[in-house]
Amino acid sequence: MGIDKLRSFEEAGGPFAELTLPLSRAAAMEESNRCLYCYDAPCIRACPTGIDVPAFIKRIATGNTAGAAYTILDANPLGASCARVCPTELLCEGACVLGGPSTPIMIGRLQRYATDDAAASGRQLFQAGEPNGRSVAVVGSGPAGLSAARELARGGFKVVVYEAKAEAGGLGHSGIVSFRLPPHVPRWEISQIEGLGVEIRTGVRIGGSVSAQELLGGYDAVLLAAGMGYVPPLGLPGEELDGVYDAIRLIETTKSGRIPSRLEGARVAVIGAGNTAVDAATSALRLGAASVRIVYRRTQAEMTAYPFEYEFAKREGVEFRWLTLPVGIAGDGSGGVAGLDCVRLELTGERGRDGRKIPVPLPSSEFRMAADAVILATGQQRLISLSEQFGLRHERGIPEVDPLTGRTSHPRVYAAGDMIHGSGAGEATVVSAAEQGKRAAAAIASALAGGTEAAAG
Amino acid sequence: MADLSISMAGITSPNPFWLASAPPTNTGYQVQRAFEAGWGGAVWKTLGEPIINTSSRFAAVHYGGRRVAGFNNIELISDRPLEVNLREIRETKRLYPKHAVVASLMVEPKREKWHEIVKRVEDAGVDGLELNFGCPHGMAERGMGAASGQQPDLVEMQTLWAKEAASTPVIVKLTPNITDVRITARHAVLGGADAVSLINTINSLAGVDLDTWNTVPHVGGLGAHGGYCGPAVKPIALNMVAECARDSEIGVPISGIGGISSWQDAVEFMLMGASGVQVCTAAMHHGFRIVGDMIDGLNRYLDDKGLAAASELTGRSVGRYGDWGDLDLNYRVVARIDTAACINCNKCHIACEDASHQCIDMLTGSGGKPFLQVREEDCVGCNLCSIVCPADGAIEMVELPGAAPLTWNERQRALEKLNADSAEMEAV
Repeated sequence: MGIDKLRSFEEAGGPFAELTLPLSRAAAMEESNRCLYCYDAPCIRACPTGIDVPAFIKRIATGNTAGAAYTILDANPLGASCARVCPTELLCEGACVLGGPSTPIMIGRLQRYATDDAAASGRQLFQAGEPNGRSVAVVGSGPAGLSAARELARGGFKVVVYEAKAEAGGLGHSGIVSFRLPPHVPRWEISQIEGLGVEIRTGVRIGGSVSAQELLGGYDAVLLAAGMGYVPPLGLPGEELDGVYDAIRLIETTKSGRIPSRLEGARVAVIGAGNTAVDAATSALRLGAASVRIVYRRTQAEMTAYPFEYEFAKREGVEFRWLTLPVGIAGDGSGGVAGLDCVRLELTGERGRDGRKIPVPLPSSEFRMAADAVILATGQQRLISLSEQFGLRHERGIPEVDPLTGRTSHPRVYAAGDMIHGSGAGEATVVSAAEQGKRAAAAIASALAGGTEAAAG
Repeated sequence: MADLSISMAGITSPNPFWLASAPPTNTGYQVQRAFEAGWGGAVWKTLGEPIINTSSRFAAVHYGGRRVAGFNNIELISDRPLEVNLREIRETKRLYPKHAVVASLMVEPKREKWHEIVKRVEDAGVDGLELNFGCPHGMAERGMGAASGQQPDLVEMQTLWAKEAASTPVIVKLTPNITDVRITARHAVLGGADAVSLINTINSLAGVDLDTWNTVPHVGGLGAHGGYCGPAVKPIALNMVAECARDSEIGVPISGIGGISSWQDAVEFMLMGASGVQVCTAAMHHGFRIVGDMIDGLNRYLDDKGLAAASELTGRSVGRYGDWGDLDLNYRVVARIDTAACINCNKCHIACEDASHQCIDMLTGSGGKPFLQVREEDCVGCNLCSIVCPADGAIEMVELPGAAPLTWNERQRALEKLNADSAEMEAV
């Protein structure tokens, strides 16, 4: 989503109101008629879920908006969320052939137009398949789990989704700020999936009230799509201080409407420079922070936030401190934060395993950055115990899987989504998770129909 | 700056752009506004016995998000008293003496009716008359308009009657709702027509409402066929103009009408034989100001072409329009794709694959870059790929050297001669 299309939050009507305006009917007709209706279109190939983009846009142009929404959601059960959160510049819109001679079609916004219309219709779009007598447990109700559940239910499977949190949706819901993805959007997608007879049991943690053995005993197959955990501890002195936040939890809190009072008027330092860091930083500003600095040990070239996220953060007023390594959080003597102790770094020519240049500290460059709050946004923890409960072969919590099917070392256990998102490999996007869920569902259906695929490894 | 003025069968106007007889020329107020905007002439909304119109009269066909690709109406001739129209014609002509004011006329096919109306409008000072033998709806059910325009003898007779009384040039406006427009045009000429104008509107039903299942437009739940015009009818009109222009039995000036929306359209009609053009739908869609672009565009075009006068355009392409049997069967063009200009939408491929001769391949170059290529030996030169291609300059139809020209007619004559020769030999 290009930042030029975004409203300021004052214009949007509140700090967490959706920033991007919906297309009017007139604008949607104009834009859909601009689509060339390419054959073997590059936008389809650029979409991880393979949405037939020209087909859905043609349906909008002919006034068949319901058909457009069906086309989108048929390929991607989270097509309404993806319409808002997909990095379209890097996917479908980036591939649009009009990108050269003209401007790319606003595929994301047209997708939102169609799916908004479907949501407003209140109709159930898809129907459950004829029951086939088989059952699947899905662990985790994020994009990968929901996508798999929807596909399995359409295939006639009895599907139960286990969600540890109180509300379904996973990171695709709680981990994306409301001004990009209002809560009603994933909630509608979930209601569509529940409309297929999928049961979502929230507040149930595997290994808690329900064990892995119970799932293996009670279902024909199990799909693990539990995502990842919260931000791992950095091991910095002072991490336990009041005023130190976990970025994932902070965003989750803003989604639930609870506002952490310590951020109001605060000078905030955010550690990390991924998309979550940007979301946390811009959220902090919306929560009343006086200033927000993103502290990153590498440079802009190595940051993992999308270019448009970076532009958005700058526009919102977030400052960036490159080549800066936090070494400790200083207390104010009464349990709160007084500052972030850092050293300056420089990049060496050497590259790490992920291909990025390795930064090294500059001697005698220690300094204290004044801060009243610190937000940690340095990735997410692996849920190692889940792999272990199922006895899966895994590497640091990432189950070993067949990349095509998602099947783990256990023949009846599959995995999809962020759980199998390896360090530096692939994109941890909603759309990729949705596709992995679809593929795992197809693999489970094929295996349970008497397929002969062997377990991974 | 070229001279844009024209003389059409003796009717002169400062430029070739006239408003056609239609809603925009209903009143003196409108025609005067049009002349102020730059229109060179106006054919007044058809005069005759005042009629009663229906409410809900127009409809349009929109296409691909663009409004008014075609336009449909069920409005009849002028619903205002004749005396009011004549007073306003006189007033308009007094204010704009150099502009062409032509009266469109439609009366019952009776000699005295034609004589009477011709005299009355000529008294008002019109520059010419246009006999409306074209309106396909309403009036036709009363034996007028297209109903008389579809009968060559009635066209000829009524033209004769009008000419008996007329001292100004008589233009006969032809209906396209006929198998061969040249027949009625010839009969208009036999009746003494000084010019023909074409086309009038085409029988049409603009649409059916998907929710109510009523016709579009409808009058209280009932529809009736209307007359179709606007950009969509241009090719039909252009062909009919060209057919008349190349017919030696017609040989009178032509006023071109039908979907003319721009100076380019006007140039095409003039190249195909029109001395001037008449416009309606474009003015109804955009207002009289649209003529500003028409005049400016035509001026610049004539300058670019090195022509001193718009009238030099008339008929320049007529000689390039003929019968299929005279086309060179050995002329050959093939499509060639410029990979640098191509945007890889693959529309040419799928059009050729599904609807033509399967000769555009989707290939992958070194480095994995996709490209499209025409197998020229299989290309029939149909143009389809270049028609669907949205990228400027990506597909060019290239002439290939061919065998000596040979038309179908020449081929048939040669075969006949061969057959005759061999029959002769057998006889010997």
